[in-house]
Amino acid sequence: MTINYLGSISADDLPVIFTKFFLEPVSVGFPSPANDYLESPIDLNQYLIKNGAATFLIRVSGDSMIHANIGDQAILIVDRSIKPKHGSIVVASLDGEFVCKRLQLRPRLCLLPENPKYEPIYVQHGQDLDIMGIVTAAINKFE
Amino acid sequence: MNLLALVDCDNFYASCERLFRPDLRKKPIVVLSNNDGCVIARSKEAKAMGIKMGVPWFQIKKAYLANGGQVFSSNFALYGDLSNRVMHVLEGMVNNIEVYSIDEAFLDLHHIQNSNHAYEFGIHCRNIVDQWVGIPVRIGIGPTKTLAKIASHVAKKKIGGTGVFCLHESLQIEHVLKHLPINEIWGIGRNLSRRLNDLSIYSSYDLMKMDTRLIRSKFSVVLERTVRELRGEQCLAVQNDREPKKQIIVSRSFRERTGDFNQLKPLISNFAVRAGEKLRHEGQKCSQVSVLIATSPFSKQAQYRGFHSIQFSNPVNDTRSILAGANQALQDCFRQGYAYAKAGVLLSQFSHSSVMQRSLFDDLHKSFDQKQNEDLMRCIDSMNAEGLQVYYASQCPGQALPMNKKMMSPKYTTSWLELPTAK
Repeated sequence: MTINYLGSISADDLPVIFTKFFLEPVSVGFPSPANDYLESPIDLNQYLIKNGAATFLIRVSGDSMIHANIGDQAILIVDRSIKPKHGSIVVASLDGEFVCKRLQLRPRLCLLPENPKYEPIYVQHGQDLDIMGIVTAAINKFE
Repeated sequence: MNLLALVDCDNFYASCERLFRPDLRKKPIVVLSNNDGCVIARSKEAKAMGIKMGVPWFQIKKAYLANGGQVFSSNFALYGDLSNRVMHVLEGMVNNIEVYSIDEAFLDLHHIQNSNHAYEFGIHCRNIVDQWVGIPVRIGIGPTKTLAKIASHVAKKKIGGTGVFCLHESLQIEHVLKHLPINEIWGIGRNLSRRLNDLSIYSSYDLMKMDTRLIRSKFSVVLERTVRELRGEQCLAVQNDREPKKQIIVSRSFRERTGDFNQLKPLISNFAVRAGEKLRHEGQKCSQVSVLIATSPFSKQAQYRGFHSIQFSNPVNDTRSILAGANQALQDCFRQGYAYAKAGVLLSQFSHSSVMQRSLFDDLHKSFDQKQNEDLMRCIDSMNAEGLQVYYASQCPGQALPMNKKMMSPKYTTSWLELPTAK
């Protein structure tokens, strides 16, 4: 048998796998019986947001939508990718300001509050109305 | 024909500032560089007022504000989030996309053979991005990246156009190139165009007609590639996996010059902390940290430029190691008696953070510490991201020269405390 000397190996050259086994503590004892049933925890984003790139959060100020279960300081989930229709709750910019109201297309264009203390807003000719997106959910925090 | 598209956000930073300020529709908007130094973005209206790119803010401030202009300090949290949204929408529309910068992306349109369909796709794409994210884009379509970029120029110049331009027929390409000065071609800077002008190459058409061998021998392979791309030969493919960063630099010029080591130190620490965050965000570790300090080249006082690097024995991504290295490097390059106007921290020699080089005889317990340290960094990063600022002792937030960002808009999309409101 002949032996050829190829060179020396320094510890630094060893692939990571040689040391990997020592890197983590090994625990002994019974494995958790739940291990086979592990699932990820419930994710609110998944429930509240369909199209992340088109979804924006907006805070409500005031109680004009209280009867639609949207209180003061509620967080609105606003999806820009859904087409607004008659009866949608929308966030719109009207004369340079964001408002949250119910959109009425018939018989005439109008933004309806959900609180009798407030008047409907009839959109006049020449007024700048731009629907930003529709409100798909509102989060009211109680504490 | 294999087509590709360049999607380019119109006046991106200005559009971002306008998204949650419907009152600023059709108003001139400018965005200033870090420290509110000079103009780095302008809305269409601000351009029409004659505001030039890069002009120092103090020069135009008075007249601009008097004419009803709006100004913002740069709000990169907002721009970054909106950019991600735009890119995300585009990713959903084609198989292959290359995010080229914060406001530009190349799309591979090889699934579309017909140029009319490509144009229609462009219109569709533009409408979707505008509706979903609210950021206007323009789209240039062509057989190569260089031509797509030119097509996007044309789309921009066309007043009242659709914002989409398709450049594919050879006659049409010739016509456009004849009217396009070479310095407007992607990758041709001022020096290069001057050298080309010396050879009586003025229009892009002149350049396209040049002998490629001559271009390669007189200039470079890069310019040869540009010539080929102008002819419609695809030399640069749409690359969806960007090369990982090779270095991270955090640096600033500051208005108040300082010669005081004790003022520079917390500043360097701030940069080191920020650089560490970026490093972990990229999933990298670095083996070298360097510090740069420099006087202002515009100053008549004595000039000095200090640069020193510290080498780590093992790659690190722990801010505490980076801080220690940066402070050491600062001590090594600091000289008494100069008025420093710029400082920075540079991280380099990266390796991926999951690759762990360690010697066989490393202390076992060290690996437990390692895990703990990583958890600590992750925790601090997420707290800082939420706005609960955690400082390292050497940062001394009160003492550091603060960045001038007096006119910054809220972080509408990334902070619970700064959401836009609706009545």
